[in-house]
Amino acid sequence: MSGAYAPLLMLFGLSVVNAIGMMVASHVLNPRRPTPEKEMPYESGMTPIGDTRVRFSVKFYMVAISFIVFDLETIYLVPWAVEMRRLGWGPFLAMVLFVAVLAVGLWYEWKKGGLEWD
Amino acid sequence: MVIDFSSNLDYVRALLPEIILCVWGMVVLMAGVWRGESSEEGPRAEGLGWLALVGVAFAAVANGWLHGVREVGTDGMIAVDGFRLFSNWIFLTAALLGMLVSFAYVYRQRLQAGEYYALMLFSVAGMMFMAGARNLIVVFLGLEVMSIAVYALSAFNRRDRRSAEAGLKYFILGAFSTGFFLYGIALTYGATGSTHLPTIALAVSNGTAHGALLLFGVALMGVGFAFKVSAVPFHMWAPDVYEGAPSPVTAFMSAGVKAAAFAAFFRVFLVSFQGAYESWYGVMWWLSATTMVGANLIALVQTNVKRMLAYSSIAHGGYLLVAITAANQASAGAALFYLLVYTVMNISAFAVVIAVSNHGEERLEFEDYAGLGRNQPGLALLLTLFLLSLAGFPGTGGFMAKFQLLLGAMDAQLWVLSVILVLSTVVSYAYYLRLAWYTWMRDPADGGSPLPVYLPIGMRLALVVGAAVVIWLGLFPGSVLDLARASAAGLGVAGPMVEILH
Amino acid sequence: MITPALVLSAFLFVIGAFGVLVRRNAIIMFLCIELMLNAVNLTFVALSRVVGIEGQLFVFFVMTVAAAEAAVGLAIMISIFRHYETVNVDNFNLLKW
Repeated sequence: MSGAYAPLLMLFGLSVVNAIGMMVASHVLNPRRPTPEKEMPYESGMTPIGDTRVRFSVKFYMVAISFIVFDLETIYLVPWAVEMRRLGWGPFLAMVLFVAVLAVGLWYEWKKGGLEWD
Repeated sequence: MVIDFSSNLDYVRALLPEIILCVWGMVVLMAGVWRGESSEEGPRAEGLGWLALVGVAFAAVANGWLHGVREVGTDGMIAVDGFRLFSNWIFLTAALLGMLVSFAYVYRQRLQAGEYYALMLFSVAGMMFMAGARNLIVVFLGLEVMSIAVYALSAFNRRDRRSAEAGLKYFILGAFSTGFFLYGIALTYGATGSTHLPTIALAVSNGTAHGALLLFGVALMGVGFAFKVSAVPFHMWAPDVYEGAPSPVTAFMSAGVKAAAFAAFFRVFLVSFQGAYESWYGVMWWLSATTMVGANLIALVQTNVKRMLAYSSIAHGGYLLVAITAANQASAGAALFYLLVYTVMNISAFAVVIAVSNHGEERLEFEDYAGLGRNQPGLALLLTLFLLSLAGFPGTGGFMAKFQLLLGAMDAQLWVLSVILVLSTVVSYAYYLRLAWYTWMRDPADGGSPLPVYLPIGMRLALVVGAAVVIWLGLFPGSVLDLARASAAGLGVAGPMVEILH
Repeated sequence: MITPALVLSAFLFVIGAFGVLVRRNAIIMFLCIELMLNAVNLTFVALSRVVGIEGQLFVFFVMTVAAAEAAVGLAIMISIFRHYETVNVDNFNLLKW
């Protein structure tokens, strides 16, 4: 079993050595003479004004969570779909109920404005 | 009526209370958003609360309909025995009282009523799954459904940062303990070859289980359960969460979550791990001893009423852990009775706290109760009754429950633990009676402006029902006690017969 | 035969548990909790090779529950962030003793 993975281990080792080597080399070899102008955040040559913080908009969270939940619904739908014909009507009813419950959730989210992007 | 788990329709019949609660939760959720997005429910909050109570009533009818059912044929993942039905009564009582005391709070704090009551209904369904489980998968699912709903409820008040902090602490520590619990399930599954509780019981008692894996599995599951019932080394979350969460949520959570956790604890440890009793008996002994002693001592120095009641809840968990250590028939029945009485008296005590704190998070210190005896004698009398019952004063339900627990412990010859139970009860009188003393003997600092206390109809109903139940169970416990004992006798029957030892 | 998988999952579990206890950022703590749950998933799958199919079945449920927990937990963290402007758990000290 382990014989087939030896090239993979070599690749892994080589990549790690490569990455660390590049970082170490650049850290050791570069000349570092910081001045206040060089240390400021880059903003197309203009002097930065104010704080970079933007008020967190919750729409990103809504999209992510909706994705996760409905992706898990898919996780349950796909294996059932593979064996759908052999399983018959009982599991079909169960999946209909399952999708109905999630549809209630979707309807709730819709009504509450969770699907709004602007 | 018979239930044969090989038929799907019978399976649905066996799960009817949970199905009703889940469907009703969705109904309440949809009712909350029916007329478009409204972030503050206002006057509709109470309507949604009563709608949720209708759902609880339907579930109670379904639960009553399941009494006297006999199982035939194959073994299902759900048990339809007396233990599950009695536990369901406890959860439904917690839901009823918890919802009754929350109407004015939800309105005044402008919480989202639809989601609030839906989450409560879902968490009660989760509790029912935990109590009726005959398979570790169902125990885990029930635990998670209940817990996730309660995490959300703890953080429900968006305008209060203490609620957010309580929710975060509960969530992080709860998820952490779920990880341990799940690992315990995995190792038990590996050791015994199944997640079906009677099969595990057979494997453990026959000795065919893999020793090391089983030991770790039992230990890790014990850790998970100990966290949920807030036993002392794992209790750190309870005072903070109880204090920060909205008071009706604390009331519901202190009773319901603890009862469900103990029900699952009994099912898993007394049925399936009975064969390994010698291995886990010592740890349970120490857990219950340290919980009783530690919680009562720390409660003595509390000045915040909610925190004091939190430590008192932890202590009551310790008394119930004595029943787990005893692991005999009498203790199981006594524990069921104790959980019922504890649910009623604890939620009623919190009801008084909610009323005095003006359905918000004000006036929560001991000093704020000074003068309550003079201004609101009825409320103060009820508070004193509930505090005495929590302490275990003879004549109240609390005393009868503790006495039964003591009998069960002495039956298993746990002499030292019984002595510790009695001594810590005596110590607990100090902090319960201190609050009562404040209400009757102390005058308010500013010299006499009476506390305005608003008691809506739901709150009044909850207080009256609570007081009646506490007094009735204290003076005439016979019928309920016999029902509890009969329910516990069914534990472990069905499937491969496993005798409860001792 | 499955011992390497069990050892690896135990290792992951311990790393996750250690992470929860040591880290100060709430989101990183939750990440470590997810690591613990996935270590348990690995245990289930490894054991199901020896014991039966139930282990793999359990993995489905654990993954679903973990996702549901993530949804609720992250919502709670957003609520915390709105109040405290940070998710560093050292700053959450309103409730103590």
